[in-house]
Amino acid sequence: MKDQLQQQPRDLDGSPVTPGLPMAMLAEITHRCPLACPYCSNPVELTRAAQELTADDWGRVFRQAADLGVLQVHISGGEPGARRDLAQIVGHARDAGLYVNLITSGIGITRDRLEDLDRAGVDHVQLSLQGIRPDMADRISGHPGSWDKKMGFASWVRDIGFPLTINAVVHRQNLERLPDMIALAENLGARRIEVATVQFHGWADLNRRALMPTREQAAAARQVVNDARIRLRGRMVIDYVPADHHAVYPKACMGGWGSTGLNVAPDGTVLPCHAAQSIPWMRFENVRDRPLGEIWRLSDSFNAFRGTAWMAEPCRSCDRKTLDFGGCRCQAMALAGDARATDPVCSLSPLHAQVLARAETDAQADAAEFIYRRMKKGE
Amino acid sequence: MTAQPARIVPPPLIGPDDIPYLPRGVRLACDRVRGIRVLQAPERAMQLDAIGDAILGELDGARSMGTIVATLADRYNAPPDQIAGDVRDFLTGLIERRMVFVRGQNGDGP
Repeated sequence: MKDQLQQQPRDLDGSPVTPGLPMAMLAEITHRCPLACPYCSNPVELTRAAQELTADDWGRVFRQAADLGVLQVHISGGEPGARRDLAQIVGHARDAGLYVNLITSGIGITRDRLEDLDRAGVDHVQLSLQGIRPDMADRISGHPGSWDKKMGFASWVRDIGFPLTINAVVHRQNLERLPDMIALAENLGARRIEVATVQFHGWADLNRRALMPTREQAAAARQVVNDARIRLRGRMVIDYVPADHHAVYPKACMGGWGSTGLNVAPDGTVLPCHAAQSIPWMRFENVRDRPLGEIWRLSDSFNAFRGTAWMAEPCRSCDRKTLDFGGCRCQAMALAGDARATDPVCSLSPLHAQVLARAETDAQADAAEFIYRRMKKGE
Repeated sequence: MTAQPARIVPPPLIGPDDIPYLPRGVRLACDRVRGIRVLQAPERAMQLDAIGDAILGELDGARSMGTIVATLADRYNAPPDQIAGDVRDFLTGLIERRMVFVRGQNGDGP
């Protein structure tokens, strides 16, 4: 009886919840990266190489993920190419039956290695884009020469025949060039472009005053995307993550906490989303200690915000609560100081006016210099 | 203020003589955990119903949509006009998502 009680998944208030099946897993196989983008989605506390899971560890995790219902793995980092055994890791993922998306900066993967990755079974390549032309791209990525290397990498992707997605991260300092980024993706033969406005967690939050888009930029970007979608119908897909500080309702982060996706960090820590470690009281489990399926179904971190019973007002009585799930828990933590609060970017949040005013102030800031993502000395 | 424009139905992206195919990186698969058929594509796995699975199972990169429609109409003993509309709309949706490619009979196309 006691065992059964312990096995019933419960949210952070003790209400029973029902875990579903995950579709996708983000495998952050390393935090090492030659770039230093000031909005990096890795945590501010980066994991060292010595703490990384081995390729065989990843093989075990992929098999457990496939048994759990995961269909696709996104192999990312850091820069996944920083691991010499990347092709072996990819091979393990395909052997487990997963569809393999490689998410890369394109820096540090030679043509020979890309051909190895083709043989290992990479299904699709997503290439990040920091800006247009060397001056902008190299400054934002903090890596001289990055633009030329990326363009070379994109041509190899095309020669080998991988499907290509361009991932353009946009913010105040490059949004004016969005039409050029879309045109570039088209010229590179990309099937898709993801236009993702910077999400202000971690490193990006440290750079808010240099990155926050203006309201005018957010509106113009929406128009550019809408026009391009019509022009490119049937030729290139445009996925767009708008600037949520300027939205009416928050984004449905992760499609709901612990509902369809999970993230495994370089050292094996399993996270409900890549920013979850910004919730200071939350404890996470590790694939070194417990099988992935048990972590998904039974860990306190995944169950904390499943379902809707944990919500406070105004979410609790809101008819959008099963559409956006109250928005992003990490953003609620960062902006409201409470991970269970309504995401303060929601126009129904009592903090909304204050958050919007701060975003407007940051967007007008005379700050162009970045705090680049770096490992601390000794890491 | 401008009035809300009338809802426009976008034109189909494939005709009877065009040859539809699954490009590299897109494949039919079994989801053994959920017991369903899925279309695996870049960063997307789409659940297929029996009709969608039957249509995509016919894509061999050689036969035109018209031939595929005739095959399906014959197999399911259904009116070809209705099958033609269903297949055209289903494939148009996937072409919009770049999960199905099309080449003309002369072999041109992406």
